[in-house]
Amino acid sequence: MAATTTSGGENPSAAPMTRTLTPPRRRLPGWATGMLWVAVAVTVLSTTAYLTNIPQLTSSSTTQTAVRLALPILLAGLGGLWAERAGVVNIGLEGMMIFGTWGAAWGGYYWGPWVGLLAAAVFGALGGLIHALATVTFGVNHIVSGVAMNLLGAGVTKYLSTLIFQPLSHNPRESPPVPKFETYSAAGLSDWLAQLEATQRVGIADVAGILRGLVTGVSPLTMLGILLVPVTYLVLWRTRFGLRLRSCGENPVATESLGVNVYLHKYLAVVASGALAGIGGATLVLNPGQAGFLENQTNGRGYIGLAAMIFGNWRPGGLLGGAALFGYSDGLQLSSGGQTVLALVYGVVLLLGVLVLVQLFRRRWLAAGVSLVAAALLYTLYWTVDELPSELTTYLPHFLTLVVLAVASQRLRPPAADGVVYRRGEGD
Amino acid sequence: MNVVRGKLLPPVLAIVFAALLCSIALLVSGGNPASALTAMVAQVGEGTTAVDIVNSASVYYLAGLAVAIGFQMNLFNIGVEGQYRVGAVVAAIVGGAISLPAGLHAAVIIVVAALAGAAYAAIPAILKVTRGVNEVIATIMLNAIAAGVVAFLISQDAFGVLRGNNIGTAEIAETGWVPGISFGSNGTVFGLVLLAAAVGVGYWVMMNRSRFGFELRASGESATAASAGGVNAKRMVLVAMLLSGAMAGLVTMPELLGRDHTYLITSPTGYGFTGIAVALLGRNHPGGVALGALLWAFLDKSALALDNVGVPKEIVTIMQGTIVLSVVVAYEIVRRLELAAEQRRVGRQNSGNGGAPGQPAGASAGGV
Repeated sequence: MAATTTSGGENPSAAPMTRTLTPPRRRLPGWATGMLWVAVAVTVLSTTAYLTNIPQLTSSSTTQTAVRLALPILLAGLGGLWAERAGVVNIGLEGMMIFGTWGAAWGGYYWGPWVGLLAAAVFGALGGLIHALATVTFGVNHIVSGVAMNLLGAGVTKYLSTLIFQPLSHNPRESPPVPKFETYSAAGLSDWLAQLEATQRVGIADVAGILRGLVTGVSPLTMLGILLVPVTYLVLWRTRFGLRLRSCGENPVATESLGVNVYLHKYLAVVASGALAGIGGATLVLNPGQAGFLENQTNGRGYIGLAAMIFGNWRPGGLLGGAALFGYSDGLQLSSGGQTVLALVYGVVLLLGVLVLVQLFRRRWLAAGVSLVAAALLYTLYWTVDELPSELTTYLPHFLTLVVLAVASQRLRPPAADGVVYRRGEGD
Repeated sequence: MNVVRGKLLPPVLAIVFAALLCSIALLVSGGNPASALTAMVAQVGEGTTAVDIVNSASVYYLAGLAVAIGFQMNLFNIGVEGQYRVGAVVAAIVGGAISLPAGLHAAVIIVVAALAGAAYAAIPAILKVTRGVNEVIATIMLNAIAAGVVAFLISQDAFGVLRGNNIGTAEIAETGWVPGISFGSNGTVFGLVLLAAAVGVGYWVMMNRSRFGFELRASGESATAASAGGVNAKRMVLVAMLLSGAMAGLVTMPELLGRDHTYLITSPTGYGFTGIAVALLGRNHPGGVALGALLWAFLDKSALALDNVGVPKEIVTIMQGTIVLSVVVAYEIVRRLELAAEQRRVGRQNSGNGGAPGQPAGASAGGV
């Protein structure tokens, strides 16, 4: 998804010029920036929890819900990453996720969770194959094809669910309960962290709560999902195949001139994208939480996954951060409601306060002023409202997405040929 | 001849292909495609089905045109879904709160709906123009947020009124209703079907007979060429998005003023996505979109007959999805075939002239 307008795809000769204009300003390696952000997030959250006296912000149950909700977003985002790194915009992630939920329920009901997982991946990959056929072979506009995929995903599963699940569950909109993955907890560690969390000491209890949420009730599917982040990084950035795939997303004509089969790489990327989205759908069905397949179960998570990917600047690590952010805000409103979300507003005010200081230090007066005004507005909101209406807090992740995009989209760099229709032999 | 091949063949091919695919799906699941089809066609003559189709089509048509305006300049307003819901709920609230003489009341409601829809569309438009936020993601997020806004506005804390088990806005007084055209026992066609038709005509005039329409289409054909020709790209995005949002606000007006007179928490959703499908089917042409809307309404309403012949009516949703996907593929294939035919034609001409070497065939065919 091209969040910023780039002309690089149309005018390759401009690329070296822009490169000299923006010298690499990267001072810290990626993992260090990540750790820094984690530290900032934990500090802000524990300070907010202490000042507002709402310990749910960092409790293990909130974290556990957050992980559960972040997982489908993460996997959908990984799907988007694969497709867009190869230059194919995949709005159809939502439809492929729906395929995945149906496949997971069908396979899981008859043959157990592992087959369910496989079926979800295969169904999602089939959706990806259709999208690839339309966009790569037939050169249909990627967004049009994606929208059609979403219609198709909803339609086909509706039909299949009526056909196959209705005799079993007596409801055309849902499947019978599906067997789940077992969940595991790091027994000794979890208990020790529980003790720490119960001490209610500032900082230590918060960190313990978050960690405990991460190591308690983990299913193999959760581990797989998190493992797929480094796997994606290694495949896409550290192998020859990955380099070729990414070059298809940056400049397919140049890639073609080097003898790479661009169509094949795009096909593989989009099929992998569909499979990942399908697995993302499977997490909704096969992880504890919901009984089985349910119509509208994905509820726009495919789109949020896409937004998480954009948030992460088309990189796996950033995507993980985006998914964590959305999962956390979703989990927070779900597990403890409007008052806690309001506490989060307080946390944002704190974060903005730090930001103002940084901007002042860097002598960026305008940015500091804007941050200051935003902080003041949010602070008045915090003091004047007792509780946010529950109808609106449900959409906190969506709102966050908009804010993040509005603030950050100029610093993002999508693949140069993202969403551009490519045809073999048409380069100039 | 060429017009027929280029414009009518693709959708017909797509529908045939989709019907074929659905027949296979039916055969695999043990149904009979022929009896399903005859049941659906026969259903049109039954009871109020024909009138229902026209009524639904008017709603789909407005949604389709709202999407089409953006599509004309490659602006993907996926947010018609959210814009029409916000427009409808705001209009219903305002309409229920004010009392005006007949006629004026309805007119005010319609204007409010258009303004509310445009205001909601202004958010992604401004984000795109000032911050470079992609309109697709922004409108998708705003669709979800719109659901929250509607639920909040209809809740009893805000403007909702509890009627039986259902929460909705206060009922609009009779002065705000728009009478329908009655066909006796066959049902009543919404009076605002005429509004939909008028919007269609206005859309055609604007696109084909106004400077704005020309600039809009030029931006869609080639953004760089348009801006070289003096078209202000940012202004075009803003205006197109606002117009699209205003039309989206009108989407539920036939239903609201002709039948429901209130906006309920259970009022139907999804017209925005239907609008996308219909706009794609009709290639953004007002006549084509009308045919697409009628086809869509036919599939929706006639599907009720399928349960009688033992076929799950959800097969229609597969058919709709397949039609959209195959129609865009069919348009693309036909475009390529025509391009190739044009290149051959120019090639023949050039070789007939002794193959003037300075004029490559591709240069003149490139503009097709």
